[in-house]
Amino acid sequence: MIRRIRGFSVAMASLGAGVLLIAMAGCSGGGGDDSASQNTTSRGPITYVQGKDNNNVIRPLIAQWNASHPKEQVTFKEQSDQADQQHDDLVQHFQAKDPHYDVVDVDVVWTAEFAAKGWLQPLTGDFALDTSKLLPATVKTGTYNGVLYAAPQSSDGGLLYYRKDLVPNPPKTWDEMLQDCSIAKSHNMGCYAGQYAKYEGLTVNTAEAINTAGGEIVKSDGRTPDVDTPAAAKGLTMLVDAYKNGDIPQQAITYQEEQGRQAFEAGQLLFMRNWPYVYSLATTDASSKVKTSMAIAPLPGLTATTPGASSLGGHNAAISKYSAHKATALDFVKFLESEDTQNTFATKASLAPVIASLYDDPTLIQKLPYLPTLKTSILNAVPRPVTPFYPAVTQAIEENAYAAIKGDKTVDQALKDMQAAITAAGS
Amino acid sequence: MSVTSGVSADDKAEQDKAAPPPRNRGSSLRKGEGKLGLYLITPTIVLLAVVIGYPVVKAIVMSFQKDPGLDKATGMFVSGGNAGFSNYTHWILQRCGTVSCPPGTLGAEFWDSVGTTFFFTATTVVIEVILGMWMALVMNRAFRGRGLLRASVLVPWAIPTAITAKLWYFIFAYDGIANRVLHTHILWTGDQWASRFAIIIADVWKTTPFIALLILAGLQVIPADTYEAAVVDGANAWQRFTQVTLPLVRPALMVAILFRVLDALRIYDLPAILTGGGGGTGHATTTLSILVVEQIRGGFNSAAALSTLTFLLIFLVAFIFVRFLGAHVVQTQQRQQKGTI
Amino acid sequence: MASTTAVGGRGGVASAAERPAIRRRRRFTFGSVRSYIGIAVIVIFCLAPFYWMVVTAFRQVGYTFDTTPWPTHVTLDNFRTAFSTSLGNHFGRALVNSAIIGVSTTILAVAVGCFAAYAIARLDFRGKYLVLGVVLGASMFPGVALLTPLFQLFTSIHWIGGYQALIIPDISFALPLTVYTLTAFFAEMPWELEEAAVVDGCTPGQAFRKVILPLAAPGLFTTAILAFISSWNEFLLASELSSDKTQPVTVAIAQFTGSQPHQEPYTAVMAAGTIVTVPLVAMVLLLQRRIVAGLTAGGVKG
Repeated sequence: MIRRIRGFSVAMASLGAGVLLIAMAGCSGGGGDDSASQNTTSRGPITYVQGKDNNNVIRPLIAQWNASHPKEQVTFKEQSDQADQQHDDLVQHFQAKDPHYDVVDVDVVWTAEFAAKGWLQPLTGDFALDTSKLLPATVKTGTYNGVLYAAPQSSDGGLLYYRKDLVPNPPKTWDEMLQDCSIAKSHNMGCYAGQYAKYEGLTVNTAEAINTAGGEIVKSDGRTPDVDTPAAAKGLTMLVDAYKNGDIPQQAITYQEEQGRQAFEAGQLLFMRNWPYVYSLATTDASSKVKTSMAIAPLPGLTATTPGASSLGGHNAAISKYSAHKATALDFVKFLESEDTQNTFATKASLAPVIASLYDDPTLIQKLPYLPTLKTSILNAVPRPVTPFYPAVTQAIEENAYAAIKGDKTVDQALKDMQAAITAAGS
Repeated sequence: MSVTSGVSADDKAEQDKAAPPPRNRGSSLRKGEGKLGLYLITPTIVLLAVVIGYPVVKAIVMSFQKDPGLDKATGMFVSGGNAGFSNYTHWILQRCGTVSCPPGTLGAEFWDSVGTTFFFTATTVVIEVILGMWMALVMNRAFRGRGLLRASVLVPWAIPTAITAKLWYFIFAYDGIANRVLHTHILWTGDQWASRFAIIIADVWKTTPFIALLILAGLQVIPADTYEAAVVDGANAWQRFTQVTLPLVRPALMVAILFRVLDALRIYDLPAILTGGGGGTGHATTTLSILVVEQIRGGFNSAAALSTLTFLLIFLVAFIFVRFLGAHVVQTQQRQQKGTI
Repeated sequence: MASTTAVGGRGGVASAAERPAIRRRRRFTFGSVRSYIGIAVIVIFCLAPFYWMVVTAFRQVGYTFDTTPWPTHVTLDNFRTAFSTSLGNHFGRALVNSAIIGVSTTILAVAVGCFAAYAIARLDFRGKYLVLGVVLGASMFPGVALLTPLFQLFTSIHWIGGYQALIIPDISFALPLTVYTLTAFFAEMPWELEEAAVVDGCTPGQAFRKVILPLAAPGLFTTAILAFISSWNEFLLASELSSDKTQPVTVAIAQFTGSQPHQEPYTAVMAAGTIVTVPLVAMVLLLQRRIVAGLTAGGVKG
């Protein structure tokens, strides 16, 4: 017995000693590189990296590109559907300075991190893009420290879904919407819901409330937190009060996009904040009870003149600093930005275009009837904080907003903690 | 289970020493043994060194380096340099820079997630052992339907945990079957205790059958005449259970518990998919493994320190447990040998 | 404890002798009713969630949250969605990947582990307890800690997207599992066989090859099943170390998508879960005795 224990301890001790020994011998190399100025004119085959191609839209586009660029073939590297896994995959390939990740599709909230780590080719000088046709808010998501690092590729904004059979005129302000909650009550249904489960969607909804009330999460430099303000408190209080008095049903604290959609389609919600993807599903799902009775409007604002400030979703296309064929990569990015490609994205994958004029295209509106409303949403949108510490910042927002909405913390305390946590994130 | 093997090998060694060898092992066998043994274990050790040793070492190296910080002037990251023990103190003392980590930072969640991990471990293991014991007793008594029992008991065990988690996520949805059957409106993924119990229920469903099978195997080696003797002695069912069954299955039980404890301390798939670590104040179901994965996106080196701490903690528990378990195994065997049962 | 038994035993002798037959018969009927109830409870406990998965798998996507306890709105669409490559769900390929990874891991772990297990169970050599300690340490190692360093290594040697990047990390848990299960099997076998072989002039190596190994075949087979299932079910490592070409079913299912980015097609996930689980359940039904023997091999021989 004793011998066995001793054997075990000896094993562990020697394992530990060995580990320490090798640990001390190890050291990490590092140092700056000037890869930004390399390979800028070289051409050749490249790889385009993107998350799961849900509607089989990118493959035909690449085939189309390859047909006209026999010497600059694009290979498609498809990542998983999970945002976190896409992020990790990119981080780890950038760290390995992988020359085969040429053009990468990055979520808007990662752009700053990748730029600050020096992994993205700045889109300046020979790489400058014409951004005049693009929606200004989308360009902001690709801009870090005043430099454009990634080209907007697709966008997304929040919409207010409502029941036009019960509410003939959609509310323009938050207060108007809450007044309409009496209608919901008389029909024995929930009034309003967004996404309040503790995940990225909560950051989106919190930021929307705070921005709508005239507050902000970070100052315009994208780094300095500015959330402990009366305006921000007003915004967060809107959510907290509505949840407390039941205008937002209690189960909404578990809602991600899908649960809200299910409830709305089942006729259990009068108003819902959600993304445009719900539109086609709610009008076509066999089980949807709101096929003909639903409609959309811009998010409610503080006053009737300004609609609510949506957070922006979407992706940007960036060129890896380690790419071996940057000239080809730039051409491919321009191809992704082109009006034709944007049109294809919109019609085949329901991705919101980044080119302003497409929102007024009659044929496109016929296919995607929500486009004019979405345009209002995106024109009034505020990007989520463009910070290289986004994972920590979103954690700070989620955790404290969640506690506030559930009533575990006062709004003031939550915002104070949020401010402190965002500060700690950047230190 | 290597522990058990160790015990049996040890006991053999002890027997060898105590009494004249019960069997005459040829000297030719002994001579070659040392070398042969080393040859045979070398491939295993080499493989383990590659798949576990290398990552451990690398993680420890990383944990003593600072994560890159931002150069305020250029807005670009610069490498952090040597960190000393600052990555460790960040977690253990919950210090973020010069201040104590405010709520909403991962640093503020370290001890909470240690508590959550241990809470999950303790509750799931206790429930699983009690329920598993009962299931094993039922299965041991069953004459008909034993095949059906065994097959159905293996089903939860065979389903991949990731799929189990998705299944329970679906069952515990607000509009899901759980609330419908119970006629409740419980926020299974939002409420502090409901979310914890959702995970415990899912884990109990998934793992109890496994425990039950281990205990059943222990039960089946108990000779029937032991019971009959107890019956003749007039022992009632409870006495038979506590005085015959329990001591005899204890070795099997202890090994099962050890492995469950080590497994439960690493719990990741279930809370990650079921609640995303949320619930309650926002991190009611964040276990150590989830915290590591969350931190990986906020800095590798800090994550490496956290995973090293996690490993040390699990190791500590295992060490204490092996001591505790070992003592009981020996006690049980001595009692058995003396025939005091 | 012993004295309590003795006292209780002495006190009960008379009454027990008086009516053993009656008691036994009564207990038999009462006991069997209770036993049947117990069996029913266990079977329902184990199968109900599984049943719900299958029911949902056959339900139209629009009725995802329909809570009718029996199949309604039956459709095969979900299985079509699961295999639909146009939605990006390469489920068929994922099944093949899981099989490749599982079989390779199993063969490697058993081939290497059986020697170590034999040595630990049967031979006397220096450092035996060191080896035991290392195997125990390995089996309790948290998987998350392997991720980052292994990814960096595999990326720099361009292994991501290859099966070896998944098989090798799986060894980290499959090999310790194999070693301790097999050690128990070997330790259980009678010593006399080996001694007889040595008397017949075999070296320990020959004794192992010609006597022990054939006898251990059932144990090896059982261990192989356990190793296969453990690697078939692995999720955390595979989710980070696989590419879309090599991802196994667990990862594929966790990443199932509908036609829209936010859409979570539960019914299709349940359909896929059903497909993944059915072969396992079938295997478990066919081989239940062996699996149970393997699971319990280490436990009972204390």
